Amino acid sequence: MNELPQQLANGLILGAMYGLIAIGYTMVYGIIQLINFAHGEIFMIGGFGALTVYLGLPSGFSLIAAIPLMIVGGVIAAVAISMAAERFAYRPLRGGPRLAPLITAIGLSLALQQAVWMWYPNATKDRSFPQFEGEAFDILGATIQRGDVFVLIVAPLCMLALGFFVSKTRAGRGMQATSQDPDTAKLMGINTDRIIVMAFAIGAAFAAVAAVAYGLKNGQIGFRMGFIMGLKAFTAAVLGGIGNIYGAMLGGIVLGVAEALATGYMSEVPGMELFGGGAWKDVWAFALLIIVLLVRPQGLLGERVADRA
Amino acid sequence: MRHRSLLILTAVLTTGALTLTACGSRDDSKSSGGDGGNQTVVIGLDAPLTGDLSALGLGIKNSADLAVKTANKEKTVPGVTFKLEALDDQAQPSVGQQNAVKLIGTKEVLGVVGPLNSGVAQSMQKPLNDAKLTQVSPANTGTELTQGNNWKTGDKKRPFASYFRTATTDQIQGAFAAKYLFETAKIKDVYLIDDQKPYGAGLAASFKATFTELGGKIVGTDHVNPEDRDFNSVATKVKSSKAKAVYYGGEYPAGAPLSQQIKDSVKIPFMGGDGMYSADFISLNKKAEGDIATSVGKPVEELESAKKFIADYKTAGYKDAYEAYGGGTYDATWSIIEAVKIVAAENDGKIPAEDGRAKVLAAMDKVKFEGVTGPVSFDEFGDTTNTLMTAYQVTGGKWVSKVSGTVE
Repeated sequence: MNELPQQLANGLILGAMYGLIAIGYTMVYGIIQLINFAHGEIFMIGGFGALTVYLGLPSGFSLIAAIPLMIVGGVIAAVAISMAAERFAYRPLRGGPRLAPLITAIGLSLALQQAVWMWYPNATKDRSFPQFEGEAFDILGATIQRGDVFVLIVAPLCMLALGFFVSKTRAGRGMQATSQDPDTAKLMGINTDRIIVMAFAIGAAFAAVAAVAYGLKNGQIGFRMGFIMGLKAFTAAVLGGIGNIYGAMLGGIVLGVAEALATGYMSEVPGMELFGGGAWKDVWAFALLIIVLLVRPQGLLGERVADRA
Repeated sequence: MRHRSLLILTAVLTTGALTLTACGSRDDSKSSGGDGGNQTVVIGLDAPLTGDLSALGLGIKNSADLAVKTANKEKTVPGVTFKLEALDDQAQPSVGQQNAVKLIGTKEVLGVVGPLNSGVAQSMQKPLNDAKLTQVSPANTGTELTQGNNWKTGDKKRPFASYFRTATTDQIQGAFAAKYLFETAKIKDVYLIDDQKPYGAGLAASFKATFTELGGKIVGTDHVNPEDRDFNSVATKVKSSKAKAVYYGGEYPAGAPLSQQIKDSVKIPFMGGDGMYSADFISLNKKAEGDIATSVGKPVEELESAKKFIADYKTAGYKDAYEAYGGGTYDATWSIIEAVKIVAAENDGKIPAEDGRAKVLAAMDKVKFEGVTGPVSFDEFGDTTNTLMTAYQVTGGKWVSKVSGTVE
């Protein structure tokens, strides 16, 4: 059997999810040059927000109808926590040394994990998440699970909406201006504080959507799920060129496909039998990142890098 | 203004940090019981009380707590009051080692129950052995823990004299699983996956050895990262290998999604060891029906000797189930209590303050009693003499025992 279409589909689905999370890293970095390491936890909180809504619905409520409500619940939870984090953890440190907010972000990430662990009912272990019943779809030689259809529809829609917002609306253009030169943007009458909050909020909303996709796909969420997904999404953002929203999505997909192909085929390369399979996929994904950064330090779609990072 | 919000932030963070630190030790105070004893003996416990494996870990903690309370109530060792000190290792070897050092530092600790993970046990063995502090694990199945790294070549050598266990070894578990799959389920083509941890890799290796010896074929192998939850690429490979079953050396947090994603693409049974035998495996896996797991001993529900344990556990009103290792933990804890009893009997009812630990360790060889899981005693390697195993299958959303037996 030819595995290739299936492995590409696996990679695409995983990559779309990475891409949605990577948007949050890339927008915040693009505007205030902060690597928001707590973003993986925002993703996790989005998942728990969605689960809370689902558990609160009357039994017998169809999952299709519940999904929009779950997304709303997840987005509200993620955005609220993200905005609070910006207001109380990052804003007081703005203008200080670059390392201070970075360390704060790492601390915040641990604190959020522990908070969910402690206060969310039964979150000390993985919680099961609703999934679609029924058979999978066969498309072009690849089997697509029902839960995966969600991310394949939602990810492009989100990207289109974001692209429109950034290039066409007043606030979006303000965002571009702030990212190019915050001081001048402020002089031109742009409320940069508001723009920054907005960047955090949009990133959190995308992460919440990704968390719903993650739950539907894997059937479980847990308080530690943000760590690995966050790390991968950050890698995707760097791979695509940090600061560029389309780059984040492209980086995510490239990373996901690279992981799937490494799992599927690396062990068939002569001499590489030992280095193939699921356990080595992360090694190959990061090897790819290093190669891309050696050849194109600004990432796949990145433009400027000298004065950043 | 800015300073004030910073101040508030610091205050909030500090309070948060203090609460978090406090929660690590909140369980310590409530586990003592009984009075009238003029000497206190502390039994240490190390298990993952938080995180993915906490379902198993809390079952271990509660069962040990029950053993301690029973000993105090029945005055098993006159003049001695037992106390349990439970520490959380988060299933991490480094934390397990810190806990071992902490327990060594507490003078009243004469024995340690745990841990759950073979990998954690590896990091605890040496410090405990140096301190001559007896350790009895209810759950470690890694063969090398008692028989040395060269057990595969027949060169069995006990690395640490202070280490005992009431669980049998992965060598026996893997062989039992291979026999079950080959002879009872009549499956000849198996795809082998492990999570690269000492437990998972060891189990997969012993399964492979027996399965190929019987004439079965391993049609493919893969290794996964236990922190991962997306295994679709691996599932695709399983499908194209045309395997008739998957054997997984690992634990349920990754095992559950792995099984489900494999069944998304091909409907074959998924089999694992005692690390998969948990109710959580079924609640996290919507396609668990038909999956198989082996576990040590016989299901306590089916044992005449465990009736009292189950009733007492219920009466004590613990919030969490005793899970796979409840009976074994009770026996492990009780074996330490028995050893303390022997030492007390030899020293006019007192535990010598000087070399109490060494005396308890020496008494472990003489321990022999009827436990929850059957007769309990240890062989020259510190392994249990009870090598009974049971295969379970998910039937109607529950683990149902199929076959009990032993190999060799």
